[in-house]
Amino acid sequence: MTLTRADYPLAETQPGTVAGKRGKSLPEITLDSVLAGDVTMEDLRITPQALQAQADIARDVGRPTLALNFERGAELVEVPQDFIMQVYELLRPGRAKSKEELLEAAATMRGTYQAERIARFIEEAAETYAARGLFTFRF
Amino acid sequence: MTPKLNRWKRFADWDERPLRLDKFAAEDPANGFSAFSSPADPQPGIGIKDGRVVSLDGVLEHDYDMIDRFIARHHIDPEVAPEAMALESATIARWLVDMNVPREKLVRLAHGMTPAKLAEVVSQLNALEIAFAYSKMRARKTPGNQAHVTNAKDDPLQLAADAATAVAFGFDEIETTMRVSRNAWSNAVACAVGGAVGRWGTLFQCSSEEAEELRIAMAGFTSYAETVSVYGTEKSFTDGDDTPWSKAFLAAAYASRGVKMRCTSGAGSELLMGFHEAKSLLYLEARCLCLQRGMGVQGTQNGGIDGAPLTATIPGGVRELMAENLIAVWLDLECASGNDARSTESEIRVGAKILPYLIAGSDLICSGMGSILKYDNSFNPSLINGEELEDYLVLQRDFEADGGLTPLPESRAIELRERAVEAIAAVFEELDLSSPTEDMKSSVVYASGSDDTRSLMPRDVSFISEAIKERGITVIDVVKALAKRGFREEAENLLNVVKLRLSGDYLQTSAMIREGRIVSAVNDPNDYLGPGSGYRVSEERRLQLNDIRDVLDQKEVLRSEALHEKDEARHIRYRNLGPATNGPANDDVVIGISPAFGLKLYRTTAGHRLSEVLGAMLDAIRARGLKARVVRFRHTADTSFLGLSAARLAGSGIGIGIQAKGTAVIHQRDRQPHNNLELFSNAPITRLEHYRALGANAAAYALGEMPEPIVVPQRGEAMGSRYHARVALIYAIETGLTEAGAAPEEVDVTLTEVKS
Repeated sequence: MTLTRADYPLAETQPGTVAGKRGKSLPEITLDSVLAGDVTMEDLRITPQALQAQADIARDVGRPTLALNFERGAELVEVPQDFIMQVYELLRPGRAKSKEELLEAAATMRGTYQAERIARFIEEAAETYAARGLFTFRF
Repeated sequence: MTPKLNRWKRFADWDERPLRLDKFAAEDPANGFSAFSSPADPQPGIGIKDGRVVSLDGVLEHDYDMIDRFIARHHIDPEVAPEAMALESATIARWLVDMNVPREKLVRLAHGMTPAKLAEVVSQLNALEIAFAYSKMRARKTPGNQAHVTNAKDDPLQLAADAATAVAFGFDEIETTMRVSRNAWSNAVACAVGGAVGRWGTLFQCSSEEAEELRIAMAGFTSYAETVSVYGTEKSFTDGDDTPWSKAFLAAAYASRGVKMRCTSGAGSELLMGFHEAKSLLYLEARCLCLQRGMGVQGTQNGGIDGAPLTATIPGGVRELMAENLIAVWLDLECASGNDARSTESEIRVGAKILPYLIAGSDLICSGMGSILKYDNSFNPSLINGEELEDYLVLQRDFEADGGLTPLPESRAIELRERAVEAIAAVFEELDLSSPTEDMKSSVVYASGSDDTRSLMPRDVSFISEAIKERGITVIDVVKALAKRGFREEAENLLNVVKLRLSGDYLQTSAMIREGRIVSAVNDPNDYLGPGSGYRVSEERRLQLNDIRDVLDQKEVLRSEALHEKDEARHIRYRNLGPATNGPANDDVVIGISPAFGLKLYRTTAGHRLSEVLGAMLDAIRARGLKARVVRFRHTADTSFLGLSAARLAGSGIGIGIQAKGTAVIHQRDRQPHNNLELFSNAPITRLEHYRALGANAAAYALGEMPEPIVVPQRGEAMGSRYHARVALIYAIETGLTEAGAAPEEVDVTLTEVKS
């Protein structure tokens, strides 16, 4: 179901459905459950579903580019931090020495993490960097 | 004779003013010094073919640089572009300031406009129109504000105390950074804990190296980021070590971690980096902003930022900063509108810079304001700092404009600072990071800045910071430590902020937390359509804004007068002798005193006892061999009429009129009421010797002489601002005792010597 502005803010309209990675919902995350050791950082991580919901809302209020960013973000939720930082580094000027390095990262995003939008985004960068000579050696 | 000189001394005076520390640059478009337009700026234009942007502002697709390419692919909506680009810029400019044209219509058009077109439109607005359009176009209705919380020692105790204070002043976001970059983790924990004291909902960021910043966010200590910079030329971008794609990827990464994010861009950055392509500041900034909308970030920190001081050296530079902010909100981005890097040494330029934002409102008026002293600001001094924060509170009150802050009583500030320092010390002890001493803690609580503290030094902090990082301490550990040591409320507050990232509600445009609830452009959209619409200061909020400290009222004035009543009773006795008569001979001068003189009011505004003032005048008159009489008038409290009535009763035809606040006049029987002989209107700077001289001159006039008038020298003090509130209250006490037709009363005055 596609959400609209009427569903916003989710934490107020449907707190029970807002949950972290391990399925613990907002009302279940309390100071007492933290003190009891029942809450980990994984319970405090946003899910792809929540980002998709925010993308729907953003689109409904006329912010299509913001929605796309949330959708790219949704794809990165399951991508490990180290790989995210590795790809970020590769996207910086002169880090990748050839188009192929970026295309390889895109392929991993697509193959391993089903991050289709992110993959296309990296491919677009690869094409642009080639056109603008960004694969030159930097001292 | 004065010899011929090479300069007018006024210029030498001007040389000494803080303004002359500011340097100003000549307009020079070829070298990048032009605010609004440059010959190198392109004409607005667009080519669309099969839903594809094939030319942008005169550049054909195969010649696009990275920025053109990104804007063409991700910002421009090909459906809207033909319609938007075909409209006359003047027409759109008029719509921006037309309250009947809704914001949504203009936002939709902006989706189809190129950087050159956006720049061309806003260039047509003058400063007032820009401010008005900004107020109409900003995304969220309710204004907010952001603070810097840093100090020169990276001292975590002070960070916690200052974060708590900033939260209490009402800042919606606080931002820290370090003197020593490896202290980032300590700064983050300290501000997160301090920011959880008193209430919850202040968002927090720790500005550090990109990868480190994201790691700190992952550990749960921070809730937003804004140091993702973009630039308007390709060379600046790559020199900044990024591309539009790397930055957009980072934006998605922040979203994927549930952390709010905005980009940063501002006029002057390309100029500072040496790759300006001879383009105007506004055009380059319009490129940055289109890029940001294309990236899909919810907002921007925009309006010069680090380049603001340079921009302010250029003609029209400050207007340009406003114009680029307008483009930001027109593109529907949250705007943290600069007003941070201090762009001038002139306090007048500071006040002028902030005013349009204060009255127009902004998502975050400053990004941020220095809540700490200038020397403690590790970002560099802000436009407004801890030193001047109270001035800002008064500006809010003056204009009844909500600048996002609320006055904070001193006792409450101390309470919160104590609590914050105890809380961070407890966390450090509990997590075995440090054991701050009582002396360290108390030195911080009462300190205005780090010069006053005896606390942790940068090296101590490095050990704490590295330990937090290496041991993988997270916000959950800190929440537990707080609760275990009795800081349950702070633990709840901190947990609430981390829980925000689960729903992601605060990732939407212009989101902040007010009273535990999300307020953003989604559920609090700016609906301005003229007077009565948009953001209005509620009566409740108005009373909050009004509640600055040390406000005078009549009760306060009477209370302070009552303190002097007993003292004055030891110095003077007034005895009413019945109706006053005309002086029989020409050898007397009458001093006419006002209704409350010595009965309800006892000191002049300069603080002299009325007994001393009266004594000085009586002595001086008698010293010339004349008689001096005192008459109380109750039909008037006006100085001129007091003086004239006294003169009419005097055998010599010369009278003095004096009010309890010390304003005095010498008058002569046959003159018009306001055409007196001498007037002392500046009572606050009138000294006893002046009253003595006034008495002597009155006697001289009575003897037919022409004395040199007494001039009370003033040095340009703003008498009105210093005294008029008090004067008006005092004068109301005088007029309250007047009675139409009340006869003058002869008063016998006995001055008593008091041995002190």
